[in-house]
Amino acid sequence: MAGGATSGGNAVTDTYKEARNWLLLPAWVTLSFLVLAPVLLMLVYSFLTKEFRGGVIWEFSLAAYDQFFFDRGLFGDDPAQIEWTYIAIFWRSIWQAGAATLLSLAIGFPTAYFIATRPEKQRVIWVFLITIPYWVNLLIRTVSMRFLLRDEGPLNSFFMATGLVDGPVHMINTNFAVQVGLFYSYLPFMVLPIYAAVERYNFTLSEAAADLYANKWITLRHIVLPAVKPGVIAGCILVFVPSLGSFLAPDLLGGAKNFMIGSLIEEQFKGNAGNWPFGAAASMILLTMVLIILVIYARAQARSDKEAG
Amino acid sequence: MKKLLTSTAAATALLMGASGAQAEGKLAIYHWFEYIPQELLEKFSAEHDVEVILDTYDSNEAMLATLKAGAIGTYDVAVPTDYMVSILIGEGLADEVASGELKNIGNVKESFTDPAYDPGLKHSIPYQGGTTSFSVDTAEYSGDINSTDIVFNPPEELKGKINILDSQGEVLALAAVHMGIPQCSNDREQLKAMNEMLQAAKPHWASFNSDTAKEVLAAGDVAVGMIFNGFAAKARESRDTLQYAFPKQGWVNWMDSVVLLKDAPNRENALKFMDFLLEPENIAAVTNYARYRDVVKGSEEFHDPALAEEPEGNPPAGIEGVFVQACDAETQAVYDKIWTNLKK
Repeated sequence: MAGGATSGGNAVTDTYKEARNWLLLPAWVTLSFLVLAPVLLMLVYSFLTKEFRGGVIWEFSLAAYDQFFFDRGLFGDDPAQIEWTYIAIFWRSIWQAGAATLLSLAIGFPTAYFIATRPEKQRVIWVFLITIPYWVNLLIRTVSMRFLLRDEGPLNSFFMATGLVDGPVHMINTNFAVQVGLFYSYLPFMVLPIYAAVERYNFTLSEAAADLYANKWITLRHIVLPAVKPGVIAGCILVFVPSLGSFLAPDLLGGAKNFMIGSLIEEQFKGNAGNWPFGAAASMILLTMVLIILVIYARAQARSDKEAG
Repeated sequence: MKKLLTSTAAATALLMGASGAQAEGKLAIYHWFEYIPQELLEKFSAEHDVEVILDTYDSNEAMLATLKAGAIGTYDVAVPTDYMVSILIGEGLADEVASGELKNIGNVKESFTDPAYDPGLKHSIPYQGGTTSFSVDTAEYSGDINSTDIVFNPPEELKGKINILDSQGEVLALAAVHMGIPQCSNDREQLKAMNEMLQAAKPHWASFNSDTAKEVLAAGDVAVGMIFNGFAAKARESRDTLQYAFPKQGWVNWMDSVVLLKDAPNRENALKFMDFLLEPENIAAVTNYARYRDVVKGSEEFHDPALAEEPEGNPPAGIEGVFVQACDAETQAVYDKIWTNLKK
């Protein structure tokens, strides 16, 4: 996807070049109001002093970042040590999101490949089928997943009726349930970009590889995968990033026993804590982390484009 | 979560219901979820030709955050719990009701006209009172349920089958009751002990959830669940082996109140609504629906007769519950730390 711009090389005429600047204006206005302004507001808030019971006092303070990285004990007057609490919460979220991404990739890639190799008329139907569940709101789908997974739910009734198990398999309020929820929520974000990439792939290349005695595995690894890599990476980012900040699946399916990044931030604004600067600081740290991942991706992409000539 | 559903659904239903479209005025209510019957709002809407807008929340703190984040001036009334009423007043978010503005204020039972959270009822009217404790599925456990040990030091059969309210105030208040220490204590040993007690209890808990507190009990996801008495009564209707506990150590008492908010855009209608809720027949409709108790004189004759015998609504004599206290900033900082430790 991201590599697409460099591969074409059709010259843009001067007429279109000039028009381009002001055509971008609506996009810029929207982006600055809806993305840039809130992020800047968060950045500013993260450096302010917290007001008791929510709100901020307009005085510069590093307290929010200090709280994130340093532990001063229950009463705040022990010597400072490294605070592992929030790092552990971030690590748990990254781990969960990473696992959900791999799971989506493992199921999503073959699915996308399958769809892209159907006759053209069938493809539309398959893509349509993939999107049908997503006409329903994410919250409702997550609550429905609860009904399916619970001890007295239909899945367990089925298992027990078939004699597969004697008692109910306990799935609700476990990490497994969270994984199922994340996977189910974001699977199409994996399938659709990969499908788009595979659909553009020129299958005569695979035939050429076969003619040159490459087996199917080698063809997949050395011919197909490099060609559809941008789609795969785009899919991974589209699943990983929202999973990282999600709180519906951890709350409703995982039992909210352990904070995830999303619920930790939510608690700072909506819970008793009422610590807006800390919520803002945690958001900024999360944002920085995601940015770093994206920059690494962009640079790796640029390098591989250069190598490809 | 569910509050999003309920508020949107309720708001839509109301907008459709008020088909007159050209209502005289509006009234914007910020309310706990699943609490006030739809028919009652429609009745008010029809009686006063007012379009009612209802948004809901699932914790006092969430409501405070929304108001502080700029929603003040959007809503006319909110329905916080006792301690949150005093916080709203302290934060300057509540408007004052001048004497004589509420013609039905005399209907409030005498013992509730001068509560500690709002002396002289200058900003609020009492709405519904109740208790927070926990329900136990007696099919899973046959022992004595009337002890906070069930939650904080559970017997073997109940380990891993407990849902806790995702609400710092009520959990830490019940923890203090369990340990027999004062709430908002600034005694370091007591706070440390509370932290350790909760850390030891957590491995036995299945989940933290407020807005599905009733559902997880009714559906059998858990065998013990912290819950409000009205919700407990409704959960028992779906699963009759559930029993609401009145622990010998005590429980949490509360009084939800209708507060007139500062900069209410429809102040007149807000006062009309408060008067409306002080009429015995109307407040009894809330009581019958939510299964808590109102404190309006003469409402009893409109009460569902089942309420008088309902076990959840009739605490045993001789044991007292406690009201949640609002801690000072310093103690609250430690409470926040204990809560984060619990959920990290």
